[in-house]
Amino acid sequence: MTGNHQTLALLLFSGFVAVTLGITTWVSRNRHGSAEEFYAGGRLFSPMENGFAIAGDYMSAASFLGVTGLIALYGYDGMLYVVGFFVAWLVVLLLVAELVRNCGRFTLADVVAARMSERPVRIAAGTSSVTVSVLYLVAQMVGAGSLVSLLLGGTSPAARAWTVIGVGALMVIYVSLGGMRATTWIQIVKAVLLLSTTVALTVLVLLRFHGNIDQLLLSAADRSGHGLAFLAPGLKYGGDWTARFDFISLGLALVLGTAGLPHILSRFYTVPTARAARRSVIWSIGLVGGFYLMTIVLGFAAAAIVGPDAVRKSNAAGNTAVPLLALDLGGANSTGGTVLFAIVAAVAFATILAVVAGITLASSASVAHDLYASLRRPRAKPYSEVAVARTAAVGIGVVAIALGLLARDLNVAFLVGLAFAVAASANLPVLLYSLFWRGFTTRGAVWAVYGGLIPALALVLLSPVVSGSPDSLFPGVDFQFFPLQNPGLVSIPLGFLAGWLGTVTSPEVPDEAKHAETEVRALTGAGAV
Amino acid sequence: MRYHDPWYDALASGWGELDGAGVPAPEVPAARREHEGRALRAADVYLEVQRSAAFQEVRSRYLRFVVPAVAVFFAWYVAYVVAATTAPGLMARPVAGAVNVGMVAGLGQFVTTFLLTWAYARHARLRRDRAALELRWDTQELTRGVRGGVS
Repeated sequence: MTGNHQTLALLLFSGFVAVTLGITTWVSRNRHGSAEEFYAGGRLFSPMENGFAIAGDYMSAASFLGVTGLIALYGYDGMLYVVGFFVAWLVVLLLVAELVRNCGRFTLADVVAARMSERPVRIAAGTSSVTVSVLYLVAQMVGAGSLVSLLLGGTSPAARAWTVIGVGALMVIYVSLGGMRATTWIQIVKAVLLLSTTVALTVLVLLRFHGNIDQLLLSAADRSGHGLAFLAPGLKYGGDWTARFDFISLGLALVLGTAGLPHILSRFYTVPTARAARRSVIWSIGLVGGFYLMTIVLGFAAAAIVGPDAVRKSNAAGNTAVPLLALDLGGANSTGGTVLFAIVAAVAFATILAVVAGITLASSASVAHDLYASLRRPRAKPYSEVAVARTAAVGIGVVAIALGLLARDLNVAFLVGLAFAVAASANLPVLLYSLFWRGFTTRGAVWAVYGGLIPALALVLLSPVVSGSPDSLFPGVDFQFFPLQNPGLVSIPLGFLAGWLGTVTSPEVPDEAKHAETEVRALTGAGAV
Repeated sequence: MRYHDPWYDALASGWGELDGAGVPAPEVPAARREHEGRALRAADVYLEVQRSAAFQEVRSRYLRFVVPAVAVFFAWYVAYVVAATTAPGLMARPVAGAVNVGMVAGLGQFVTTFLLTWAYARHARLRRDRAALELRWDTQELTRGVRGGVS
């Protein structure tokens, strides 16, 4: 990477930071400091705006860089990720978006606590939301660190550390000053930038192959060295049965996890009605679907034009496939190539920054609205919830920076898969049960959260990710017990089972009137804020 | 007085709902008429509404669409993932040119997702939105009546 790339990429990225900081100041110019404003942006975004923001929250660096890289290296097996990420939106649209908008105020715990004894349920749902958010944050931080060292040439640990710290500091500024309104606008700007870049690259690829997809696929297969096997499943997950079960586990986590991600759930509260929430999700399904179809083209194009060997040489996990593709599409060793490369790099940074801000906001809402409100001593002087949330954003920023520095050698896609698995095990069962099960009780709710959360985390600790294999976090020791890298296959059913078990064993009689209230409110929107 | 409600503004148009062919579903009876002249406690309002024929109708319209839809797309997705991991031979069978069964199935997942999204939006707009909105107002009127105040 020459100096030209770096300077231009840095300039473009500084431009993005300047614009977003401008948005943050402009938005917070006449804020009132109410919780409604801070967590939900005043609930007055239009479905289209919110649809772009949801898409912006969802299209993380793991999709733009990670998935295209996996397709470039493993062909069809990378495509399996894309399908999982996308089909997951049906769960959100059909079962979650409208009902959650109608029942809750700011967080996942609002929906569950409406029917139950409030304190234990809030503490449980708040804890699991914060855990999921921190895992997702660490993934993005690690991605930012690897990206900068790849793009700026040097792999010095100091440069990586400073990038992670810088990203963390910026996200704290966005969130604590601008709240949901600034975060939403940043997501919208980022979604537009990312989508236009992807469209431009796809058009260039199609021009290069004269619109002939067949030829694109054949040259990718040819260049990969695997022949037609490159276009069929099995290169990455086709080995032994452990690898196959691992993929099924990941597939389950991807499709069920999206509906339990706190930063996606909190987006539904930024629009006025359930109908608007539905239309935001429809917008985002259109945008995300188009984006993922284009990433498939870009992944195969990277295999065909750059070649898996060159991609692997630049980054073993394939994360640089798209920047390398951009360099070639613009014309290698020419101004066009330099410009395109710099744009892609800057957009990737912007993506990470925006996603990180969205997650921080959602988790600070969980800390302040669920945990602080339930755990503070009743006699203690009550601080305003928004002040607590701002402080929480700083605290979460510090934790994420620290963990991001510790975990810098972990694979980004793996961390994202883990966050999805924990969300699907701990958040989805309790959410679905409280929306759809008449007899669900407080004990069932608490057991559903912990019964998914604890096994998911424990299985990861005992998996080859942490110990017992050369690629683990601690390669020196071996307390590996569970063979799969992704816990979803076991922990998601456990979450559902624990919720059912807790309910049938609890002496509490479910409150008929409260269930009626939840159901009527969920389906009609009566009494929604 | 009239309340501003964005649902009314939004009923006319929407992305993915561009077909004009649909006809709104038949009206369901309003929940309010069934209770007129009866005194209710605040907590009972929701129970009463839940038991009303209007609400039962809205709920069954929602569930009758959503339950089969979720079952179908989830089974189709799991079948796809399991087939991709356990039967790579089948997925590698060529269909046309470089395109094989696996590619078609993967794109098929995209197509079914888009189609279900469209069908759900259409179903909700034509068969649920109007009735749910009426119920919403009736419920809020009842709650307000119980509290004894004006708002």
